[in-house]
Amino acid sequence: MAYELPALPYAMDALEPFISKETIEFHYGKHHATYVNNLNKQVPGSRFENASLETIVKEAEGSIFNNGAQVWNHSFYWNCLKPEGGGEPEGKLKEAIDREFGSFGQFREMFSQAATSLFGSGWVWLVCDRAGKLSIVQEQNAGNPLRKGLMPLLTCDVWEHAYYIDKRNRRPAYVEDFWKVVNWKAVEAYYLNRVA
Amino acid sequence: MNTHVKDLQFPSLPYAYDALEPHIDAMTMEIHYTRHHKAYFDNLMAAVKDTEMADMPFGELLRDISKFPVAVRNNGGGHFNHSLFWNIMSANGGGKPQGELAEAIKKAFGSFEAMQEKFNTAAKTRFGSGWAWLCVKSDKSLEICSTPNQDNPLMDLSECSGTPILGLDVWEHAYYLKYQNKRPDYISAFWNVVNWEEVSKNYANAI
Repeated sequence: MAYELPALPYAMDALEPFISKETIEFHYGKHHATYVNNLNKQVPGSRFENASLETIVKEAEGSIFNNGAQVWNHSFYWNCLKPEGGGEPEGKLKEAIDREFGSFGQFREMFSQAATSLFGSGWVWLVCDRAGKLSIVQEQNAGNPLRKGLMPLLTCDVWEHAYYIDKRNRRPAYVEDFWKVVNWKAVEAYYLNRVA
Repeated sequence: MNTHVKDLQFPSLPYAYDALEPHIDAMTMEIHYTRHHKAYFDNLMAAVKDTEMADMPFGELLRDISKFPVAVRNNGGGHFNHSLFWNIMSANGGGKPQGELAEAIKKAFGSFEAMQEKFNTAAKTRFGSGWAWLCVKSDKSLEICSTPNQDNPLMDLSECSGTPILGLDVWEHAYYLKYQNKRPDYISAFWNVVNWEEVSKNYANAI
């Protein structure tokens, strides 16, 4: 069973001017695609032959984990974004954010701080535990919160390849623009559909 | 390395931004040196200010890094690593080392090409951000390894330990503007700008 590169849920230029077409062409067309290709080369003959991507993310180590988790993380990241996104969450997710972080503004500040201060390559996540309690976690490299039993709701890729073409060394500027393309409807859906 | 941390200076780049073209482009050099390296240097100085760390020799601080805050590890490593990196490249670089270093490479790896291949693998397979190194171990032999982020083999918490004499930055910021996702192309190009005279000096100082 081969792992597949999922279709990008919008056009390559859909997130402009916040994330450029060129960035998406490389990020989706090269980086994400390469993780898929590498995974398909490495899984045959391993104990993960026929395993779901989620099993690989939760249980694999080394190169199979790195490539598998990067496939999962990038697919999730694309789904967290949309053209004309941004704004604020509504309904039950808004209530949960207010409860946990005080306000959306405070949540946003904490998440941005986590994204700008993660040293090296990695991902910042909004997650919830089985009781529905929200938290923000930083993960190095291909790290994924599913390994800790936490449900991902929103992620920001802070590998330099996510922003270097557009923003060079200015990661805070990328994080600032990230908020303008967040697909809060998708994040709300992840929250409502979480495994209770 | 005996310089007290508080007396460290941001080093001048030993060549122009465009000196390593076409292998490393001028825009990358300028941002890498004036933004990334400068930020590590400034953050290091801010992190040690008014602490006992400011009065320590820099080499000692790096060696005992596990005792100090993570900001010092990240920024102190960032400053050391980039300072070494600029010095081991040159516009007239490339070719092969001579003399004792050439002998030591042959002894440790069989041939210069075998050393290159091992170094290339270390640089390509470092997942995420980090560095590949050619080091002198405590028994004076040579070794190749890689470290994550801004760690280096001088640090007590590093998996490989030794004195780095050649290093390659494989953070994406080191190559993304010119090579994007093609890290192996950047690694191949790097050999054209290695300043073997400087690496030989580092070797002589390390043994």
